[in-house]
Amino acid sequence: MFDFYFELPLLLRLLLQGTVVILVLFPLAAACSMAERKISAWIQGRPGPNRTKPPLAGFLAPLGLVASIPVLGTLLQKLGIFQLAADGGKFTFKEDPVPGHVNKFYFILAPIASMIPALSTVAFVPFGAYFNAAGELVPVALAHVDVGLLAVFALGSLGVYSLILAGWASNSKYPFLGGVRASAQLISYELSMTLSVLPVFLWVNAPGGQGTLSLFEVVQSQSQPGFWGGTWYVMTMPVSAFIFLIALFAETNRQPFDMPESEADLVGGFHTEYGAFKWSLFFVAEYAHMIVGSGIFCLLFLGGWNPLPWVSLADTIHALANILPCVCTPLFMGLIAIGIFLGKVGFFIFFFMWVRWTLPRFRYDQVMTLGWKKLLPLSIANLIVYALGIAWLQTR
Amino acid sequence: MAVVTVERKPLSFLERTYLPNIAAGLATTFKRMVQPVETLEYPEQRPAIPAGYRGVPTLVYDPNGREKCVSCQLCEFVCPPKAIRITPGEIAHDDANAHVEKRPEEFKIDMLRCIYCGLCQEVCPEEAIWLQNQYSMTGYTREEMVNDKKRLYELGGTLPDSHFKWDKKAAAEKAAHAGGHH
Repeated sequence: MFDFYFELPLLLRLLLQGTVVILVLFPLAAACSMAERKISAWIQGRPGPNRTKPPLAGFLAPLGLVASIPVLGTLLQKLGIFQLAADGGKFTFKEDPVPGHVNKFYFILAPIASMIPALSTVAFVPFGAYFNAAGELVPVALAHVDVGLLAVFALGSLGVYSLILAGWASNSKYPFLGGVRASAQLISYELSMTLSVLPVFLWVNAPGGQGTLSLFEVVQSQSQPGFWGGTWYVMTMPVSAFIFLIALFAETNRQPFDMPESEADLVGGFHTEYGAFKWSLFFVAEYAHMIVGSGIFCLLFLGGWNPLPWVSLADTIHALANILPCVCTPLFMGLIAIGIFLGKVGFFIFFFMWVRWTLPRFRYDQVMTLGWKKLLPLSIANLIVYALGIAWLQTR
Repeated sequence: MAVVTVERKPLSFLERTYLPNIAAGLATTFKRMVQPVETLEYPEQRPAIPAGYRGVPTLVYDPNGREKCVSCQLCEFVCPPKAIRITPGEIAHDDANAHVEKRPEEFKIDMLRCIYCGLCQEVCPEEAIWLQNQYSMTGYTREEMVNDKKRLYELGGTLPDSHFKWDKKAAAEKAAHAGGHH
């Protein structure tokens, strides 16, 4: 089966891989909306959506059949999975109004523009690794390129254009304010974010080696033998990780930084005039950004697909192979690696939602103060300290 | 009163970063999340009704199955929103309860008007009208929301009674006849 797959033309293979990744990412992002509702509910002491159950008749019968499996069906119902399906159906089929006062072309373009960077950044994120026939660790990624992180930043920051476009095309004051806020906020935090990851790459690109910005290499440098080789960068560079995490919250417009939406003062912010499918595209894009952002945080600071600090994926697989020889096959190993990685990402998605119900939203001037007066100097100081430290350590 | 100036303690460095407080907040929300839910899943789970609750007004039977209302119309008179309409009726001579003389022929409470004030219960000399535990009245039409006599007794049922006022009166009359004081 593998041979057949690897003998397909490269273009077709890439097309298949890309489709599969999007087919996973898109529903995953949609599932995040249900996770958000359930976690919000649990934190507020209520059960959340747990009623919806598809009927055992008509075109929904297959879903109804799943729902009538004794334990599993009830569990899925309690977790609101069928509500998610119903919402998806609703967003797809309900009337999609375009208000009369908007700039139609850009109004329709904006949600499409929000999906493009959200779904294309994932191409540069390695989400697992496996041993190839030669016994080398190979990343599971759509595009294993050396620009890695740079490409993610370049594409990811395009996401804000859709917000500005939506705010401007809506031709109405609150969306406009939301769009303006989005642009200012993203510019402010992009700086700190980029500066905060530089120490990681300063350390990875030791003198004498080949220069790279690849995320795979970052994980590789966290999975080496020895005490310092196996530490995750969150331990050696906690300030960088901290700044990156805060900037990530701001970049993905999550509470407490959800200035572009802030329903208390801007109605709905940039998506005030949107409804139905176009609105849901914005949200899937936001969650996709969250997933990709969390993934990058895990790769940079939390050892990617390594299960624990000082325990690399390769060690785990070798240990498991003694019990179950089949784990060494690319398929099994890739699945284990992806599982570990997705587990970490899932924790961060949960963390995003957890913080949402813990911290109140900042005022806009506080967001700016925090970004320019606190985080930026902190990230510059962090960069200088680590640059000096790394220069001293690596030239010794 | 003397003004006492309270010295404000300067925030420590950690407090100014807010981080310990954010961590404490996260701990609070996490604890909240793993606790059981506070809400009831309504139609299946019902709240416990406290004693003395003023729900939908109902008519009740006494333990002998006699309808207690004697259609004196005091409740109709006292009802602030004029939700009660009573048509009084006589009890036939050959009835077992003939000594009670009257009972309502029709008794209607318009639940679209009722304000659940409980004055009808308070004014009733027969303890025949009770605001009981039912708190949820729904209907598709205005007519459905008017409780007639049959429905009122269905809702009310039988409540314990220690007086048996009319039975005692009948017994006293019987004794008087037998004793022959007159």
